[in-house]
Amino acid sequence: MADVTAAAASRRTWQPMISAALRDPKVVVGGGFILLLIILALGADFIAPHDPLAQDLMLGSLPPAGMAGAESGYWMGTDDLGRDVLSRFIHGTRVALTVAFVAATIAALVGTVVGLLAGYFGGWIDVVVSRLIEIWMAFPAVLLSILIVAILGSGVHSVIIAIAIIDWTRFARVVRAETMAQRQADYVTASTVLGFSRLGILAGEILPNVLWVVLGLFTLELGLAVVIEAILSFVGLSVSSDTPTWGGMIAQGRGIIYQAWWVFALPLAGLLATVLAFNQLGAGLRRSLDPVMQR
Amino acid sequence: MAEPLVETRGLTVDYATGRSLRGPANASTRVLRGVDIRIDAGEIVGIVGESGSGKSTLGRALLGLVPASEGQVLFAGHPLNAQPDGALALRRHMQMIFQDPMSSLNPRHTIRTILTRPILLHGIAANQAAADAAAAAVLDRVGLPLEVLARYPHELSGGQRQRIGIARAVMLRPRFVLADEIISGQDVSTQARVLVLLKELCAEIGMALAFISHDLSVIRALCHRVYVLNGGVVVEEGSCEAVFAAPQHAYTRALIDAIPLPVVGTGWLAA
Amino acid sequence: MSALLSIENLSAVSRRDGKPILRDVSLQVESGTIHGLVGESGAGKSTISKIVLGIVSGGVVVTAGRVMLDGNDLVQMPERDKRILIGSQLALIPQDPLTALNPGRRIGDQLTDSLRMWKGFNRKAAWVRALELLDHVAIRDPARVMEQFPHHLSGGMRQRVLIAAAFAIEPKLLIADEPTTALDATVQKQVLQLLKRLQAEHGTSVVFVTHDLGVVAQICDDVTLLFQGKVMEQGTAATIFNAPRHAYTRALLAASPRYDNPAAGLNPIDDAVVAACYAEIRQFDGVQHG
Repeated sequence: MADVTAAAASRRTWQPMISAALRDPKVVVGGGFILLLIILALGADFIAPHDPLAQDLMLGSLPPAGMAGAESGYWMGTDDLGRDVLSRFIHGTRVALTVAFVAATIAALVGTVVGLLAGYFGGWIDVVVSRLIEIWMAFPAVLLSILIVAILGSGVHSVIIAIAIIDWTRFARVVRAETMAQRQADYVTASTVLGFSRLGILAGEILPNVLWVVLGLFTLELGLAVVIEAILSFVGLSVSSDTPTWGGMIAQGRGIIYQAWWVFALPLAGLLATVLAFNQLGAGLRRSLDPVMQR
Repeated sequence: MAEPLVETRGLTVDYATGRSLRGPANASTRVLRGVDIRIDAGEIVGIVGESGSGKSTLGRALLGLVPASEGQVLFAGHPLNAQPDGALALRRHMQMIFQDPMSSLNPRHTIRTILTRPILLHGIAANQAAADAAAAAVLDRVGLPLEVLARYPHELSGGQRQRIGIARAVMLRPRFVLADEIISGQDVSTQARVLVLLKELCAEIGMALAFISHDLSVIRALCHRVYVLNGGVVVEEGSCEAVFAAPQHAYTRALIDAIPLPVVGTGWLAA
Repeated sequence: MSALLSIENLSAVSRRDGKPILRDVSLQVESGTIHGLVGESGAGKSTISKIVLGIVSGGVVVTAGRVMLDGNDLVQMPERDKRILIGSQLALIPQDPLTALNPGRRIGDQLTDSLRMWKGFNRKAAWVRALELLDHVAIRDPARVMEQFPHHLSGGMRQRVLIAAAFAIEPKLLIADEPTTALDATVQKQVLQLLKRLQAEHGTSVVFVTHDLGVVAQICDDVTLLFQGKVMEQGTAATIFNAPRHAYTRALLAASPRYDNPAAGLNPIDDAVVAACYAEIRQFDGVQHG
């Protein structure tokens, strides 16, 4: 009898939490935009109105629809080689999102594990990790990534590895500090007194408190990874030039900014909106799902 | 005489004050100096002192949370220092109630998780259903409604959180519980309620209680015996009756004299 | 005797949910006396002191009543005049001596601020006066303390510095907000003795906010006991402690453990008493709205 009521009283289902998240405007707007990008990336071959690589010098530097001299069917205009800007942008979401999700996930996993261990066990682990982070921080991130890609050779894999190598410290640094703060809390002492093992406390008590910080960083990192990929494309170190990328478009558009500014403007706007959308999504998810934020 | 449940022999604790990255700490402060105390089974013992007296360190040392530099802590005759980290069977019998109930409850666990995880760990409840039943029973005992099981700590009031802390400790049916300044910062009305509950639980479970406090009036009302700590040394010990009737040490007298009584016209301030 | 501070029918609500925080509170602080503002958490004692000091947060809206200081209504007064009046005639001894002093400035600089601002002292004269003040609160070697930063001092020393700072402008009214709650018992007694001595010397009026009935009995002349923003009982300390009329007062007194009377034991406040207090409050709210 008592156990039935207890179970009923203590059940916290996910359903109301998910619906709470879906009611949060930040989640709806940010998540909606990211969802749109994902659909564009997956269905690029069907959605893009033109072949992103098809050149037609007769149709070079056409302005976007609505401007004088615009050609119907080329909504966002064409570049100087006559390639459709919108189609190139849509195909560019593939590289952007792949790099963002894979690189951010690797960086988050590595950084979180290292940060947890350093923050919780302290001692020599912490000394080593702290020095490593300091050395990492001393390197200019962009130059380091260029160096890494130059060594590994260009390509999506190299870009992902470069971003993960550079940005794991972002997670490690914050997770380490947060873990140290949590370790001081009485609930950790309480768990020791209750008989939990050190790894049990780390995984069962501290991790649930650190994860929310990781979520915030992760969404931030997704946006940053898109930017770093664009920078590497911009300097020609990302993927081969026959794969359209946002960074590549920005680099190309910069050269012809006086003749065809739209080549430059669309990927730049996409980049800004993507970073913003990831940040909003992260803030919204935390606001609607983190139990401690539910005041 | 029966064997004491908890005993310290010449307990000395040093804290490292200087930190060095390589090698051992290069400086330390002595917090406890050769402390001998004993707590018998089922006994309620007060440990009183002001800030810096070492009373909290003594409490933590009793639970094996702080290593002894010299001397030892014995639990039911077993030296604590010799126990490997997290010796489960022993852990179960030495519990703690914390000063700050908010900080002592994991903010991202529900009360249900907080109450059921420890008894599942110790095999006191065989499965989640049995653990839930035990949690429901203990909530009833400490006077909280079943609904709090689904809540997070920050959704409860301070008094309710304090009761959860007590419930979590007594669910393991320990032989010894340490309460570290658990009533400081609480209203008089909730304070008396918590103390009565604690006293009843001690009798029901037959557990011993070490009650650390700076409040001598509360210690007088709750405890059988008292240890007075000053500067890491026990300056006086004895039954509450004897110590309050005729304090032997000047420091104890000063402590008792410093308590303002809710009585007018005593001339206390002039003295 | 005349009332220096007179709070008349003060009511306040929470801006967020409109719930009452203060319910028609009236009290008079007679010149040269210590008035205890007593209650458990949620009683509204700190809100009252904050309204008097003009530092109440935006979450609290005063809906009715007057706060008369020397014939001026602090609630209605223009912001600028109020600031000058409060700055020159009121002082606060805060609860937490740890955070009340700026950790980055020397004690001397912090002590001389109000002297220069409100008493027209120049830097040198203010420094000399501050030395006297520290000497007055029984701080040894004041010249050295003046050069020190807050973290060099113990909690009790910091509270003495704050008391010196409070008396520096020779305020007419002093608000002491749980001034000894953070201190050890033996230090608390010394600080209370000091406070009482200075108060008597200067003839200052004091509003003493506390939850500790023992402290109230020892230092206060008059007492206002609050529960959920409503005055439950009011009178001289002698009547409150010797002949309490309200059941809540009696229950609170019974619930305070006494080392000199162990036979009394532990007496939690009866649920019925608390329920009666809430009923009284509901009835009051009903009259207000109906």
